[in-house]
Amino acid sequence: MPAKRIIPCLDVKDGRTVKGINFEGLADVGDPVELGARYASAGADELVYLDISASKEGRHTFTELVGRIAARINIPFTVGGGISSVEDAARLLDAGADKITINSAAVANPDLITQISSRYGRQFVVVAIDAKLVDGTWRVTTHGGSRLTGLELFAWAREVEKRGAGEIMFTSMDHDGTRHGYPCETFARLCDSLSIPVIASGGAGSAEDIADVLSKGKADAALAASIFHYCEITIPELKEKLHEAGISVRR
Amino acid sequence: MIAVIDYDMGNIRSLGYALQRLGADWKLTSDASEILSASHVILPGVGNAAEAMNNLKRLHLPELIWKIRRPVLGICVGMQVMCRHSEEGDAECMGIFDAKVKRFKETTGVKVPNMGWSPLANMESKLFKGIKSGEYAYFVHSYYAPLCPDTIATSRHPDLFSASLKYENFYGCQFHPEKSGEAGERILDNFLKF
Repeated sequence: MPAKRIIPCLDVKDGRTVKGINFEGLADVGDPVELGARYASAGADELVYLDISASKEGRHTFTELVGRIAARINIPFTVGGGISSVEDAARLLDAGADKITINSAAVANPDLITQISSRYGRQFVVVAIDAKLVDGTWRVTTHGGSRLTGLELFAWAREVEKRGAGEIMFTSMDHDGTRHGYPCETFARLCDSLSIPVIASGGAGSAEDIADVLSKGKADAALAASIFHYCEITIPELKEKLHEAGISVRR
Repeated sequence: MIAVIDYDMGNIRSLGYALQRLGADWKLTSDASEILSASHVILPGVGNAAEAMNNLKRLHLPELIWKIRRPVLGICVGMQVMCRHSEEGDAECMGIFDAKVKRFKETTGVKVPNMGWSPLANMESKLFKGIKSGEYAYFVHSYYAPLCPDTIATSRHPDLFSASLKYENFYGCQFHPEKSGEAGERILDNFLKF
């Protein structure tokens, strides 16, 4: 079994790193390349860069940025945000991304997963799933949790795996931004039902939350943003705590 | 000059950037004289082993690679096609390393592909100079070379497999040194110093 991975997530708008706190009050926390290099040398196992630019210029800036990240960073990195076609994925692969993540576009067009995976390999495709609990059922949402779909989390996750996703990144929209931890039972059920790795996203408020989702929740990796960006805990400190909790991590 | 063999197998951009970070002068090529005159040769590879062998054969590269007397490094599928055979597409491979590549079995708790950081052990080569046992490397693969006389480093998933192989001037890494942080850069740098 590979070590459990710790993945800082960097939101990028117009070439600059930002982090939404409950999707409001964006604060600039620096240059994406420098911040990523800092995380890599601190022991991050991978990085995720999400482009939250809405404009065409922003997208162009992001592609250029991906090239600069690839030139500098010596660990794997995933990019996402606004990928809705095989061409978008190809452009980011050519710029040097190791993986891409798709979310709403996969829901709108599930065949996109199949197309990208069959052309560039399973290891290149991370499908992000946002869901929330509605009347006892985990329903898949899109557009940052604002739109409810007819899909059920576990069925959708299995379809995503069957279509060729290499990993699933699951966010509970009920927990995202709350910093009160992850729904570990749901994660454990999801991990048990799949044979591809699951990345836990959204909800980490402390090292204990991350330890819980990697042990009780059986997740293969944990993605976090604000607890790193605001230096509440450093990656070496987090990994030390996970190691003390008996979790296998790269140190 | 370092020749990175061009045979239409996957994205070599991150390898190129890693070589650039190490200050190496490299070129992507499938030209026989360039490959034979290079100080070091790297055979990268992402994708399917059978397709990789077909591409190599189409470019008459297997027999050329056998002739290289300078250090050669196969990475991931590049290493696998330097073995005798691969279960992936039942491919007859180059036969430089004495191993038959097999697929990992999906069992409880064992995910395929093996993706992520795993520790290296049993390192027996200058390729790993300065790398301590237990150092992690980044792996992404569904097929593996079992342990064999050419094994110079091991890893587990969950059983032992060859993380690295060596036969005379030929080296192979199942992991991606270009994505394995500072340890990976050290390993690449050790190779470039051969």
